[in-house]
Amino acid sequence: MGFLVYLSDFCIPLLLFYMISYGMATKTDSYGAFVEGAKDGFKVTFGILPTLIGLMTAVGMLRASGFLELLAGWLAPIAKVLLFPAELVPLVVVKLFSSSAATGLVLDIFKEYGPDSYLGKVTSLICSSTETVFYTMSVYFMAVGVKKTRHTLAGALIATATGVTVSTILGGLL
Amino acid sequence: MLNYLWGGMILVAVVYGAVTGNIKEVGNAALDSSKDAVELCITMLGVMALWTGMMKIAEVSGLTKKFLRLARPVLRFLFPEIPAESKANDYIASNMLANLLGLGWAATPFGLKAMEELQKIHMAQGGKKGVASRAMCTFLIINISSLQLIPVNIIAYRSQYGSVNPAEIVGPAMIATLASTLAAVVFVKVTGRKEKRR
Repeated sequence: MGFLVYLSDFCIPLLLFYMISYGMATKTDSYGAFVEGAKDGFKVTFGILPTLIGLMTAVGMLRASGFLELLAGWLAPIAKVLLFPAELVPLVVVKLFSSSAATGLVLDIFKEYGPDSYLGKVTSLICSSTETVFYTMSVYFMAVGVKKTRHTLAGALIATATGVTVSTILGGLL
Repeated sequence: MLNYLWGGMILVAVVYGAVTGNIKEVGNAALDSSKDAVELCITMLGVMALWTGMMKIAEVSGLTKKFLRLARPVLRFLFPEIPAESKANDYIASNMLANLLGLGWAATPFGLKAMEELQKIHMAQGGKKGVASRAMCTFLIINISSLQLIPVNIIAYRSQYGSVNPAEIVGPAMIATLASTLAAVVFVKVTGRKEKRR
């Protein structure tokens, strides 16, 4: 795992170094471009704020009511068979349908167990290696009026299952 | 769909909270969580603005274009059905680049454009309307397999909740995302071969 941590530490600084040096080599007004682009970041972040407030509130209430523990208790036997932490089952299921609702659950897990805990690490990895299957399919296929999606769902679910499996294993090794 | 999911969560929380006697906590959680969301956005604002700023440099300096050229052979391997001169290639590559760098919201417009182009190709090749073409299936499966290299959001969330090393997961995340994408590519190639045999 030493190499992976090393890679993690170097990845972002190296990427920044590469982008800046490429900008200099091509005599780009890098700073001007950066400031211009950073403005877009504001638009994006404030754009998601309303959904974030709505969903974090809903998940926070659900956590406080004790329902999430109840749900984890119900799912525990299934999760045990799959060697998967029961606390994360709701996250995996919700992530299939909605990315923003999943974000609410992710933040709840971070708050409850900490981002550096086993659950926190597995959560981080699952979110980095899976996509919202049903949402993406409906948006993309709807755009071109496709109703028969053929083998897309099977392939998407296989990819998601692989991502979740590898995440769980790697999270345990970290 | 989100309408019912979201509403359902709140309704369940209130009912279950009342039954278990946690109703006061539920009320407090509602107020606290909305405040948390704003605090989180402030943290995210920094990371997000830094990232979109850097992406603009890549765009202006021509680095993005360079990547699109590099992606060509990969696209030819994954989408043998798409003609080389089609605009679909550029849209798919742009969509993949945005996903790779953790900018999912920036990926969607390119993805939808790509789907439109794929639909045109599908119609030109005599495909049935309303049925997904092979290239569309491939594109979506690869897309859903998640190609993220730098999970910008997750790093921001981790730092907000006090992670000692928020970027620690970048390396392992690459392995996990590579594994899921590899599974997707194998699936696409295997089903493609079966189809040809028929």
